[in-house]
Amino acid sequence: MKTANKKVTAERLVKDALEKAKHFADYNIFTFLDEEGALARAREIDARIAKGEKVGRLAGVPYALKDNFLSPRGETTAAAHILGGFVSPITATSVEKIEAEGAIMIGRVNMDAFAHGSSTENSYYGPTLNSHDRERVAGGSSGGSAVAVALDIVEFALGTDTGGSIRQPAAFNGIYGFKPTYGTVSRYGVVAMASSTDCISFMAQTPDDIDLLMSIASGQDPKDMTTLPDYYNDSKVKKVKKIGVVTDFDNDSIDIEIRKALKKKCELLKSKGYEIVELSMPSLKYALNAYYVIVPAEVASNLSRYDGIRYGFRSEKSEVLNDLYKHTRDEGFMPENKRRIMVGNFVLSSGFYDAYFLQAAKVRTLIVNEYAKAFEQCDFILMPISPNPPFKLGEKVDDPVAMYMEDMMSVSTNLAGIPGLAVPAGETTNGLPIGLQLVGPRRSDKSLIEFSKELN
Amino acid sequence: MKYIPTIGIECHVQLCTKTKLFSEVDNDARGKEPNSCVSPVCYALPGMLPRLNGEAIRLAILAGRAMNCEINPRSRFDRKHYFYPDSPKGYQITQFYHPIIGEGYVELPSGVKVRIEHAHLEGDAGKLTHFDTYSLVDLNRVDTPLIEIVSMPDIHSAKDAHDYCKELWRLMCFAGVTYGDLYNGNMRFDVNISLAPEGSDKLGTRAEVKNLNSFRSVERAVEYEIKRQSKLLDKGEKVIQETRGWSDATGETTGQRSKEEAKDYRYMPEPDLPPINLSPEFIAEESAKLPLMPKDYREKFGKVIASDILEILLDYPQLTIKLEEVASSSSGALRGASPSLTPSDEPSTSSITLLSNLFVSVLLAEEKSAEYLNDLPSAQDLSELAEMNEKKELSSTATKEVFLRLFDPQMKGRGTRQIAKELGLIQENDLGALEKIVDAVLAKPETAKAQADFKAGQEKVLGFLVGQVMKESHGKANPSAVQEILRKKLK
Repeated sequence: MKTANKKVTAERLVKDALEKAKHFADYNIFTFLDEEGALARAREIDARIAKGEKVGRLAGVPYALKDNFLSPRGETTAAAHILGGFVSPITATSVEKIEAEGAIMIGRVNMDAFAHGSSTENSYYGPTLNSHDRERVAGGSSGGSAVAVALDIVEFALGTDTGGSIRQPAAFNGIYGFKPTYGTVSRYGVVAMASSTDCISFMAQTPDDIDLLMSIASGQDPKDMTTLPDYYNDSKVKKVKKIGVVTDFDNDSIDIEIRKALKKKCELLKSKGYEIVELSMPSLKYALNAYYVIVPAEVASNLSRYDGIRYGFRSEKSEVLNDLYKHTRDEGFMPENKRRIMVGNFVLSSGFYDAYFLQAAKVRTLIVNEYAKAFEQCDFILMPISPNPPFKLGEKVDDPVAMYMEDMMSVSTNLAGIPGLAVPAGETTNGLPIGLQLVGPRRSDKSLIEFSKELN
Repeated sequence: MKYIPTIGIECHVQLCTKTKLFSEVDNDARGKEPNSCVSPVCYALPGMLPRLNGEAIRLAILAGRAMNCEINPRSRFDRKHYFYPDSPKGYQITQFYHPIIGEGYVELPSGVKVRIEHAHLEGDAGKLTHFDTYSLVDLNRVDTPLIEIVSMPDIHSAKDAHDYCKELWRLMCFAGVTYGDLYNGNMRFDVNISLAPEGSDKLGTRAEVKNLNSFRSVERAVEYEIKRQSKLLDKGEKVIQETRGWSDATGETTGQRSKEEAKDYRYMPEPDLPPINLSPEFIAEESAKLPLMPKDYREKFGKVIASDILEILLDYPQLTIKLEEVASSSSGALRGASPSLTPSDEPSTSSITLLSNLFVSVLLAEEKSAEYLNDLPSAQDLSELAEMNEKKELSSTATKEVFLRLFDPQMKGRGTRQIAKELGLIQENDLGALEKIVDAVLAKPETAKAQADFKAGQEKVLGFLVGQVMKESHGKANPSAVQEILRKKLK
């Protein structure tokens, strides 16, 4: 990570980043650029450096913030119309920690509204373009974060991963993206999608940068009761011998070029003396089904607070309360938001709870157990993140199920609460990035990041 | 036809924690501006997460133990969804599947036992005030911790319904888990009533009367419902399962929602709060902190306080608790006092008996008693008062007077003896000193005739002589002691 010093000032770093952001404006990456604020903070850091004062580990490093993180800088809208005009009085814990080390947010970046989606096409602000092919999607939901890092506008970006929203766009743009063990980084101050799978996550160009960000942002937070006691910085890097590959997915459900990339990486590991263990994980094929029951349920619940009463957008059309709710939510949510709200409320309604929500919760337990068993046989698992390379803009927008299928490889780690790291793994014959993910047991985050260097 | 009513009651109790159930903001909104006791968690800003208040768990354990309930070592929160401006999150955080308080029972003073099905912790909703064309929302009450106590349908009369609610109120107040202010909604009752023909083993269709906030309205609403439902059944009509509202003014219940379909709250486990796991040690430790309950007081004070007075006292927990303080501070008080002079006209045999009578017949009769109850005198001042009364330093009239002054904000804190002195109400009981005064009076020539008359058998002149002694003592002598000394001297 290039931090500011006496020769290369923070102001220089920030100015460069802002210039690049403007240069790539047509990729539709940023929903808000904080030019004045970012430069002012850069100058403060430079003044402290000039005085010889101690500055943080991220002094002057420009970064991009996914639009679902609360911060008083700019509107926090989660790329949704219903949060239009909302300026938060609160700063998310993760943002506070990163900025306490001197990182400078140059702007907020695009995403699928409320993080619902796998292509950033569900944004109220329109889609973000892929860094390698402007006709293709950036991936999602953290599409803006991924493209901002891939185009080298910023050194890193903050995002969220509820079912692959960091790893899939990282893979689609050829960078690193890390989803930690559930509860490692505080969710306080981040617009909730699905509370039981949301993970605050990072994107960067190197494993070392990811490690640095994790060492800063991780830790128990009294404001988030689901955070784990501090462990990241005390973890010992474990000695890795065996890498698992899941045989259940070695078939046509996964693009041939992605399977080839996986095989290539396995050969590399073998050549370095690692043992490749074949795993059968039959429950994983149900992960997507369970995910699209549990997550919509939590989504429907978490989106209940957007009613037009206290903040954000309110429809002008209404005279009575029920109309106010109806019109505000109708005009304020994107179609995909509404789809998930409807599915979520359906699976929770009386008479259907046991058949859907409870059943999905049971499947979730099976998946947790299956991963636990797998990690008795190997240290980490290497597997695809998405079944396909980046697809064309508009290709799947009208086919929600096809879009959901894009998440089939990524959601199981969220259901299990285990860490997953997206690692660049070459390109397709068309020059599109391919990414694979390294998956480890709970709390193996630091070792996982360290081990990923072996894949180079 | 004769019908047997079956009644189950749900009671919401607001817990008196310092801060709210899910964020560190003031929980005591009494007398505060609307929307001044709210945190971003209460008004549901995006990205806010509930943080569980441990004090509420402790109070829930006490409340549970007060009702002889099991405390579940493992409980959990759930979300109950509905749209209304009093619920900023769009859901209430409650315990639908795994409540913290399990089965138990409440015993009424009559001996009737009402079983408790369970009780759970939840956050309260805000308050709406409706006007002609608009409504105002006050979120001060949002996330005030509540326990909802659900009884089994063990109640079969309006009086038992009244007594159950009252006993619950007493239990919660003595357990110290609530301010117990019914007027301000600290406890609210929902009553389910159904009728079944005598001898039938099936329950009838029930109606639920919601949001009752006094024992009297519970009793009246039940009476009304019994009449209303009997009439319907007599006519061969059906009772509709519905929610009904109660009006204190008309003394009637009216149907609120005609929809037969129950609301679908779409319950879901609360993913933002981990389950509550309580160790047996923790439960035992917290349970041990349960203060004395009404039944303990009945046992303890049953011999020194008449039961009708004791039952009144139990409606004023602060008075009962104060008495207990007096009893435990002056260890001899309960054994019955042995004053230097045997009282002849005083019914009290102990400080506790005296003070309980003063509380009930003097303090509660006062106009300002409600105000006085908020700030009671110290146990020490009260013990001293009882002691001075027993030693005859204060006459019964003087005792009452000094007693009331102990509550007077102007006099308070000066100490009982000082107040009595200032008012000149302390009686002279020192027999030696009294004898000297008597001797001085007898030596006066103007009493000579009276002395002779008394010796000649004229009883009534004794009054004149006592009066003279009282005059000489500036009214501080104990008249019955003076009388005794005079009789001895004039034999």
